[in-house]
Amino acid sequence: MKEYLEGSQAIAKVVALCRPGVISAYPITPQTHIVEGLAQLVADGELKVEFVNVESEHSAASCCLGALATGVRAYTSTSSQGLLLMAEVIFNIAGLRLPLVLTCANRAVSAPINIWNDHQDSVTVRDSGWIQFYAESIQEAADLHIQGYRLSEDKRVLLPVMINIDGYILTHGYEVVDIPAQELVDKFLPPYQLERKLDPTHPLTLGVLAGPDYYMETRFAIEKTMEDVLSIIPEISNEFHRTFGRNTGGLIEKYCLEDAQRVIVAMGSVCGTIKETIDEIREKGEKVGLLKIITYRPLPQEEIYQALKKVKEIAVLEKAISLGGFGPLYTEIKSLFQGKGENPKISGFIVGLGGRDITKNSIKTVFDKLSGKQTDCEFIDLKNVEIR
Amino acid sequence: MIIHLTAKPGSARNNKTGSWRIEKKPKFLQKNCVACKNCLIICPEGCITGEEKNTFNCDYDFCKGCGLCAVICPKQDIIMVSEE
Amino acid sequence: MDKKFLKEIRIHARAGQGAITTASILGDALFEEDKFSYAFPHFGAARMGAPMNAFVRVSDRPVRLRSQVYEPDYLLIIDPTLIRGFDVFKGFKDEGVAVINSEAEISLSGLKKSQKIFFIPANKIAQEIIGRPLGNTAILGAFCAVTDLVKIESLIKAINKRFSGKVAQQNVETAKRGYDYIKK
Repeated sequence: MKEYLEGSQAIAKVVALCRPGVISAYPITPQTHIVEGLAQLVADGELKVEFVNVESEHSAASCCLGALATGVRAYTSTSSQGLLLMAEVIFNIAGLRLPLVLTCANRAVSAPINIWNDHQDSVTVRDSGWIQFYAESIQEAADLHIQGYRLSEDKRVLLPVMINIDGYILTHGYEVVDIPAQELVDKFLPPYQLERKLDPTHPLTLGVLAGPDYYMETRFAIEKTMEDVLSIIPEISNEFHRTFGRNTGGLIEKYCLEDAQRVIVAMGSVCGTIKETIDEIREKGEKVGLLKIITYRPLPQEEIYQALKKVKEIAVLEKAISLGGFGPLYTEIKSLFQGKGENPKISGFIVGLGGRDITKNSIKTVFDKLSGKQTDCEFIDLKNVEIR
Repeated sequence: MIIHLTAKPGSARNNKTGSWRIEKKPKFLQKNCVACKNCLIICPEGCITGEEKNTFNCDYDFCKGCGLCAVICPKQDIIMVSEE
Repeated sequence: MDKKFLKEIRIHARAGQGAITTASILGDALFEEDKFSYAFPHFGAARMGAPMNAFVRVSDRPVRLRSQVYEPDYLLIIDPTLIRGFDVFKGFKDEGVAVINSEAEISLSGLKKSQKIFFIPANKIAQEIIGRPLGNTAILGAFCAVTDLVKIESLIKAINKRFSGKVAQQNVETAKRGYDYIKK
């Protein structure tokens, strides 16, 4: 049913439709409304779930890990410092092959303290073995949760999924969202079944030690699974399309790429602003396009390469930076063309850190700069402040 | 590709820790034993068995020679002796 | 592609005065008319009383633009004391329409003849009906009267979805009174 909803409320409703058995989360801006929404559903008797209040994000993630290990579907959500406080458990959940779905309401990382949006939090834990999706709109964010559970619990996958949604821009924004019927979700998402679960009647050790003679194989297994995931994601988003009639999720989205000479690569809600700007620039006859990355981990290398190989000038737009290096995505996009015949000019741009508003003018600036000198890591919309 | 980090119970038995002993091993004299079971409880390997007085002994395939049983025995009925 | 229609609304308020609720009710009213809208807030300091904005972007197709509103077609000033310290009219479109919550007419400088300003004693209306000076729904009612963007009937539907019982009833009345105040 179509409703006019706040992003956080839409996610709470959709998570409830996925029938988690345990929810444990610690409130942090701008994720709070999601968990409050779920708590309200529990209080109203609309959602039967073990809602565990904890004293920190580390405990919330640990609580979910425990629930999943006993074969119960779980959910948590966090932002920024909260995600970083979970970091240890984040790695453990992936290492133990437990299918958690987590919503990260993307927010800048302190210091200086800042509650507004960028991608530094989730990008910082990209190496943990989690699948990562980035949503452009509230509808896409909602749909990705249903797809995320399905993917995460697939017996070929068993890896946790992080759905990234831009803090405030989407979490506190209101849009028309189609919330699917429970029957459809039930049809699409079978109950969670874990073959080797913690069960007192069939004792089991979970999380055994793996020495130098075994550890590498466990990491290799995750890496191999990530390769498989690249073909499973389209499979699942196609089935989602057939079931719900909406085309969301998948690996990448191409916008005006057919004949584009200058292309921006980006993730998340900024893609909407980029599309609007592209329409305006195209009216003037300039051939510009967008490559939206929905799946950031595993990185769909082949799809990105195929989409970009005819493009002359590529800008990678990032809301995160590896300080002392470049934008993480820029480095990866650049590496795709290593040893290949094409030699596009690839530039890296950092935008919107700490919620700095990204306007159509910001995007136009990037397109203009693309025709100029190649740049690795240029900050857009930077103020002229005196640096002492 | 899934590698599970799980193990069925009892798999620690495959790791025979008796080889860890270096100098001494406990000897159960079985003379003044009152069957208090303190040795059985304190053994970190859980390799001591016994029920009645003067029936207690350990499995040397797993005993690490830590000597806790000898220290805790109220009757000094367990002593540490050199390995043969 | 036919020419798209896009209107942008900027709301000026202080945190705690219900600007986000106002924006979302307006968005819901537009949804009743099958228009697409994106309503969203922007906070400065996240505390009661701190100046903040809420925005609504309306279109005949899904709204993709995620930046703040810099050139509003419409302004809703929930707290007129903000006019003293802020240039609330920054970027205000030449043909723009503003609704200001104030009993007295405030003298404003630097406005163009083509820009329309409406004053409405929204808090006074709310005080009379609700018993508290929460004039947001009166401002929304007035907004329905000054623009053909959204009908008062749609606003009433949206208010009834948002609130229930007595609160809904009072706010519907407040909205109607705000509408009538302009239309009279």
